[in-house]
Amino acid sequence: MEDFQYHAPGSVDAAVSLLRDAEDGKVVAGGMSLLPLMKLGLAAPGGLVSLGKVSGLDGIADRGSEIEVGALCTHAQVAAAEIVRERIPALAAMAEGIGDAQVRNRGTIGGSVAHNDPAADYPAACLALGATIATDRREIAADDFFLGMFFTALEEDEVITAVRFPVPTRAGWAKFPNPASKYAVAGVMAADGPAGVRVAVTGASGDGVFRVAEMEAALASSFEPASVAGVSVSAEAMLSDDAAGPEYRAHLVTVMAKRAVEEA
Amino acid sequence: MPTLELTVNGTQRTVEVRNRTLLVEMLREHLGLTGTHVGCDTSQCGACVVLVDGVSVKSCTMLAVQAEGAAVTTIEGLANGAGLHPMQEAFREHHGLQCGFCTPGMVMSAVDLANRNPDPSEHEVREWLEGNLCRCTGYHNIVKAVQAGARAMGGAS
Repeated sequence: MEDFQYHAPGSVDAAVSLLRDAEDGKVVAGGMSLLPLMKLGLAAPGGLVSLGKVSGLDGIADRGSEIEVGALCTHAQVAAAEIVRERIPALAAMAEGIGDAQVRNRGTIGGSVAHNDPAADYPAACLALGATIATDRREIAADDFFLGMFFTALEEDEVITAVRFPVPTRAGWAKFPNPASKYAVAGVMAADGPAGVRVAVTGASGDGVFRVAEMEAALASSFEPASVAGVSVSAEAMLSDDAAGPEYRAHLVTVMAKRAVEEA
Repeated sequence: MPTLELTVNGTQRTVEVRNRTLLVEMLREHLGLTGTHVGCDTSQCGACVVLVDGVSVKSCTMLAVQAEGAAVTTIEGLANGAGLHPMQEAFREHHGLQCGFCTPGMVMSAVDLANRNPDPSEHEVREWLEGNLCRCTGYHNIVKAVQAGARAMGGAS
């Protein structure tokens, strides 16, 4: 790993200005996505701005119609939080299924969302639930946030501060994990909530997280597993790796969608 | 080079590292604590698990500078003098190891589980050990050891 400048400011504002000044700066929180990439030489930021000393970003709050999750909340915190388990159990289940215990102890919601790995779980939850991503300067709807594999609407010096999830009437999560990495081969969240009926898929497509309009329409008329069982997605844009080829991935999307609706 | 202050196994330490130094490199190479192992070096195998502020983490996927001010516990910090920690004793008693390479990470991970859940079921132990790979045992005796160790710990490390 190449060496780099390292900063651990005490506030979001200081983090933003350090990012602005850094040459090829990157934010690091738990580092569960970024550090493996740096070790492999696939990322070589000139400056790392750690949020580890920033306080106030690790709370989970009930805002009535929404649950607000601070950007530095770890997956373990989200999985264990009573408010989340009671009000959006699908979100707690999703967090509990990320990686392994040690990854969940370090990895954060803000990091997962900002990284937008095509096989990460949080982007699917954000899109399905119609979440809002709050940053140091604005609020971005999930619909406008995820712009493709490892690509988001965030500016270079922008820092996520929280993610707000509207509480759905019902929502379910199902994932077929890669047996080694636990990243999604195909992961689906199906939700019926303030943002409407939504089905969001991660892990499957080379373009990153996506919605399946045909499944959403079928579920809007009848929110039953059978409604999605007959809806298939095209294998054309699907990822292919050791775990699954494109046709199998496309098949898994339908199976996981059915299971997600069962869980809801 | 940045100078880092942190607590390792109960002792205040001052260490000079590079920004890129991994926590496991600092422990092994700067402090000589070679009980923490490096297996895969890709955050999958769990041989490098240590506790940071009481929570298990993979020390191959954390920068040493991220542990500034933290309390780190390694396998060397568990035993009380000549007496084994209850989780170590349980691994010995139930023969929860063969070659022993994965054992430090297994034990540290198990201590974190026991602190959260003093009486984990077999299923809960197996789920928890998702991130700790053993290539010898087939896990059976490890699971038994973790359950016994957790009960012996009585919910406190």
